[in-house]
Amino acid sequence: MKKYFSLKMRKRATGMISATLMAGLLLTGCGATQTTKPAETASSSGDTIKVGILHSLSGTMAISEVSVKDSEMMAIDEINAAGGVLGKKIQPVIEDGASSWPNFAEKAKKLLQQDKVATVFGCWTSASRKAVLPVFEENNGLLWYPVQYEGMEASPNIFYTGAAPNQQIVPAIDWLFKNKGKKFFLLGSDYVFPRTANKIIKAQVAALGGEVMAEEYTPLGHTDYSTIVNKIIASKPDVVFNTLNGDSNVAFFKQLKDAGITSEDLTTLSVSVAEEEVRGIGAANMKGQLVSWNYYQTTDTPENKEFVKNYKAKYGADRVTDDPIEAAYDAVYLWAAAVKKAGSTDVAKVKEAAKGIEFKAPEGLIKIEGENQHIWKPVRIGEVTEDGLIKEIWSTDKPVKPDPFLKSYDWAKGLSN
Amino acid sequence: MGTYILQIFNGISVSSILMLAALGLAITFGLMKVINMAHGEFIMIGAYVTYLVQNLFIHLDKSLFGLYFVLAIPASFVVAAFIGFVLEGTVIRHLYNRPLDSILATWGVSLVLQQLARSIFGAPNVDVKSPGWLEGGLVLHQGLQLPYKRLFIIALVITCILGMFVLLYKSKTGRRIRAVMQNREMAESMGINTRRVDAYTFAIGSGLAGIAGCALTLLGSIGSTLGTNYIVDTFMVVVLGGVGKLIGTVAGGLFIGTANTTLEFYTNTSLAKVLVFLLIITFLQWRPKGLFNISSRSLDE
Repeated sequence: MKKYFSLKMRKRATGMISATLMAGLLLTGCGATQTTKPAETASSSGDTIKVGILHSLSGTMAISEVSVKDSEMMAIDEINAAGGVLGKKIQPVIEDGASSWPNFAEKAKKLLQQDKVATVFGCWTSASRKAVLPVFEENNGLLWYPVQYEGMEASPNIFYTGAAPNQQIVPAIDWLFKNKGKKFFLLGSDYVFPRTANKIIKAQVAALGGEVMAEEYTPLGHTDYSTIVNKIIASKPDVVFNTLNGDSNVAFFKQLKDAGITSEDLTTLSVSVAEEEVRGIGAANMKGQLVSWNYYQTTDTPENKEFVKNYKAKYGADRVTDDPIEAAYDAVYLWAAAVKKAGSTDVAKVKEAAKGIEFKAPEGLIKIEGENQHIWKPVRIGEVTEDGLIKEIWSTDKPVKPDPFLKSYDWAKGLSN
Repeated sequence: MGTYILQIFNGISVSSILMLAALGLAITFGLMKVINMAHGEFIMIGAYVTYLVQNLFIHLDKSLFGLYFVLAIPASFVVAAFIGFVLEGTVIRHLYNRPLDSILATWGVSLVLQQLARSIFGAPNVDVKSPGWLEGGLVLHQGLQLPYKRLFIIALVITCILGMFVLLYKSKTGRRIRAVMQNREMAESMGINTRRVDAYTFAIGSGLAGIAGCALTLLGSIGSTLGTNYIVDTFMVVVLGGVGKLIGTVAGGLFIGTANTTLEFYTNTSLAKVLVFLLIITFLQWRPKGLFNISSRSLDE
């Protein structure tokens, strides 16, 4: 979701990643004849299977990642209460990434080499994911990444349980075009997720025959939006497409409202604001504004009623669930299902078994796409309500196939390289 | 036309916020030459105190809710000042004349305070509802609205600066503070208890940061990292304005605030920040001590 590389650097990084990937492939190729890997015997020895949990529990990203860790712990507890997997209990090893990307890589190495965990659930920012990616590929580990992100990636050692761009951003633009208008104002934080997302949006809006009035970026942690709001008033767009991240959202929505602009005057659609963030912004400041995700706390499925009830019972009635929290919960269940099917925690076997696995998640029926290790998910546009929750106003009738490289869209040609 | 008027107003408003955040720092930095990296966390403390006062009023009578903010301002001053007083007595006073150590130590303190806030209030941001009488704005004409919150902050800043002016230049306490600022040894030999002056000046500086935090709940996020969002700009104001002078903070804040918003309007946010930085660096080449500075006769300068 978040990345701090420049586009050029990202290209270089991709080059480096593919180089390490090649090296990794060679290494696994050599080791393929070994039937039992030391990692497997250690991670599933005795009565427990060790899994890693790697999130920022301190530092600036703790705002988002603590709840995601809570949700993973809840899933583990539930699975253990139901008898565990392969007759063994899951034993979580929790590490703090501390919002520092080198630290994430360090801890990932520790989890894989020292604790010899069977799999890791972790990361939030794209920067942290990019930092641990080579570690997982070199050590043939397995990472479950729970957050929507900018796409253009499919590592053989990562399962992506959040949305790819075609499961969040692309359908949102289509919907806005049909229902709200053709003139877009793009506002985002200044790093790669918003910039990549806006590159996609610009290509799509151009193909649909719309107009991008302006593209504005503010540094992460930016606190004063009076000038941006003034620019929005001056350019009179139909929609503000918001890819701001973190605290800036609070400042933006508070100051937008102070300037006398409500959802009736101007539509905004955000892709990084979920229930947890709405709480910090204040429901009154965001009432009626739109968001795009795959899951809301109000999503009407029997599984979700159970999920929300259990989450609140475990962590407090004032807590809310949201998309990344749910995607992280699903990740644990999907991994457990794959292990059961494979009859082993061996990474290669689990990956093979995971293909096509289905799970009745709180968001609805989801399925692992074997081709790119992303998830088939339903897409939902929602509106923030007075009580700080999000009401679904539109959804796809079926889960959408993940397409991280946007190969199935003509207008997206040339974006993925 | 309306756009430009609003832009001028935005410039003044951003300047006022910067002045408020920097006022406390200018005093402590000027007096003790301690680079207090934890200044931002006192802003955070002020914001959380406002949150607590709000919660208290939610449980009280509904009709009184609008009043909570009036009470939150002195409350955040008192709490932040008290924590500042304790911090000065335990940590800061060992760091006088050790600028590098003070940067590291106060940075550590800032991390500790942030994590403490996270443990007490939880990691996600909390919501402070602004009182009803600050909602909306002064409508000049169609599409041109000056938010009451920003007008209120400007008034609050003027009050704080006037208050500090009276304290520093019209009271006995202020005379002592200025004496210590100008020449510590001489002040000591004149019988001023510099230890005590240090302690309460630091407390006042921290308290002012607390008020800034209280005001900022109207405009931005309330979370453990709130202070870090402001600390860089705050230091810039102090360095540009010159340490130890109120007028310096006002001038520095006004320059950075209006330059930032104006350049942001004509270019974009990131570029505006870069240009402002460049302007400041160039200016400091010419006047390394900032816009205003205390002329001192001490030999160590």
